[in-house]
Amino acid sequence: MISNAVGGLGKYILGAAEETGQFSFLVRSTFGWMTSYRIEWRQTLIQIVRIGVESLPVTAMTAFFTGMVLALQTGASSKHFFNEPLFVGTVVAFSLVMELAPVMTAIVVAGRAGAAIAAELGTMKVTDQIDALYTLGTDPIRYLVIPRFIAFMMVLPLLTVASDFTGIFGGYLVAHAKYQIPATVYWHDIVDQMEIRHFVHGFLKTFVFAAVVSLVSCFKGITTRGGAEGVGKSTTAAVVISMVLILVLDYFATAVLNAFGIT
Amino acid sequence: MIDAEGVIKRFGPRTILRGIDLRVETGETLVIIGGSGCGKSTFLKCVIGLHHPDGGKIVVDGIEVAKLKTEAEIADYRRRFGYLFQEGALFDSMTVWENITFGLRYLTDIPSGKYRGIASDCLALVGLKDVEDFKPSELSGGMKKRVALARAIAAQPSYILYDEPTTGLDPIMTDVIADLILDLQKQLKVTAIMVTHDMKAAYKVASRIAMFHEGKVLQVAHPDIIKISDNPYVRQFVDGKSEGPIKMKLKEFEAETASNAQPDKEGS
Repeated sequence: MISNAVGGLGKYILGAAEETGQFSFLVRSTFGWMTSYRIEWRQTLIQIVRIGVESLPVTAMTAFFTGMVLALQTGASSKHFFNEPLFVGTVVAFSLVMELAPVMTAIVVAGRAGAAIAAELGTMKVTDQIDALYTLGTDPIRYLVIPRFIAFMMVLPLLTVASDFTGIFGGYLVAHAKYQIPATVYWHDIVDQMEIRHFVHGFLKTFVFAAVVSLVSCFKGITTRGGAEGVGKSTTAAVVISMVLILVLDYFATAVLNAFGIT
Repeated sequence: MIDAEGVIKRFGPRTILRGIDLRVETGETLVIIGGSGCGKSTFLKCVIGLHHPDGGKIVVDGIEVAKLKTEAEIADYRRRFGYLFQEGALFDSMTVWENITFGLRYLTDIPSGKYRGIASDCLALVGLKDVEDFKPSELSGGMKKRVALARAIAAQPSYILYDEPTTGLDPIMTDVIADLILDLQKQLKVTAIMVTHDMKAAYKVASRIAMFHEGKVLQVAHPDIIKISDNPYVRQFVDGKSEGPIKMKLKEFEAETASNAQPDKEGS
C-alpha cells in the first residue's frame, strides 16, 4: 500500500514536471516566433473580434452590476456609521480600477474566451488538425497560439478600461437613485482622490492576466488527449487553472507594483 | 526515394517501432498492412517528421529527417510531401477551397490570386466540383476524404502518404477512393506510402506490400506474392482469419492479464 502511494506520488510529480516543461517550451516558442516578426495578422484580427468584441457585453454587464453593488454596500455602510452616504464614488472607483475590474474582467474572459480556445484547439488536436498544420508547412504555435496571445494582450486591457467606466457608471446610478448623490459630488469623490498611478496599477495587471489566460488556454488545448472526454477535461482545466492563477498572480503583481511605488 | 533504417519509436514505456527497415523506390506505391497498433501510422508520422524516431534513421532524397534544423530546411522537406489523414483532418473553420489551398501559402510562392483556380483543379482531379464554398461539416464522409486528398496534392508533392484513406467508407466509396489513388499515381507520378487494413484496396493500388507486426516488418513483397505468402502472420492477416498466430498473441495477452489479476483478487 505504501509502495503504491509512493508510486502514485512519483507518477504525479513526473507528470507535473513534464507538463511544466511542455508549458515552458510553449512560452519559449511563443516569444521566439514573436521576435521573428512573422505574425498571422488576419488570424490575430479574427481573435481580437472573438475575444474582445464578443466578450464586451458580458464583461461590461459584470462590471456594471459590480459597480452597482459596490455603491449599494458602501452607501449602506457609511450611512450606518456616519448617518450619510460618504465617499461612495471614491470606494467604487478605487475598488474597481485597482482590483475588481482587472480581476473580474480577466475571470469572465477566461470563462468565456479561454474555455472556447481550449475547446477549439483541443478538438483540433484530437481530430489531427494540429498535425495537419505541420504537414501543410506551418507551425501551430505560430498559427494558433501567437494570434490568440497577441489578441488577449491587446484586448484584455481595453476590456478592463471599459469595465472601469461601466462599473463607475453603474455605481453612479445607484448612488444617485438610492442615496440622491449628485453627479458632481460622485465625480469629485473620484477625481479628488484618484491619481493616474492608481489607474496604471490596475491596467498593468491586466497584461499579466492576459498572458496567463491565453497561454494556459492554448497549452491545455494543444496538449489535449483522448477524444471528446479529453476536450472536456482540457476545457475545464484551462478555466480552473486560469482563474486560480489570476487570483494568485493578482497578489504577487500587486506586491511588485507596490514595491515600485505604483500604488 | 525513402529509406528507413532500424527505425525505433517509443512512447513512454511502450516501444511502437522496433527497428523498421524499409525502402520505398521512386514512383512506387508501397502499401503497409498490419493489425491496429502495430506502428503503421507511427511510421508514416516519422517519415513526415511529425514524430522523431528514438533510434535509426529515415532518409528522403538524401536528406535525413532528424537532422533538419532551420525552418527553411523543414519547410523544404515538408514541401515534398502530401499527407492524407485518416479522418481527413480538414479545418472545420474554413471552406473547402481554403482548406485545399492552405498549404500553398507556406509551401509555395504561388500568388494568392490563383488559389481558387488551383482548388477547383484539384477538386476536379478527385472528381468533385461546385463544393468550393462548402464547409467540411456540410460534406459526406466520402467527399471529405476526397477534399482531403485534393488538399494533399495541391502543392504538387513528390510523395503522398495515405493514412487509412478508406477507413469508415462504404464498399463502393472505398473502391472509388482506391481508383482515385491509382489515377493520381498515374497522373502525378508520385511516390506513395499507403497504410491500410483494407486488403482489396491494398491489392488494387500497391506496387509492393509490407506487413507490419508488433513494430517490425514481417514481409515486403509484390501483391501477388503476398496473396500466396506462407508466412503464418501474413497469411492470417490477408485472409482475415480469427484463428492464427496473431490471435494466439491476443490469447496469450488475455491469459497474462487474467493471471496478473488473480493475485489481486485473492488478496482482496
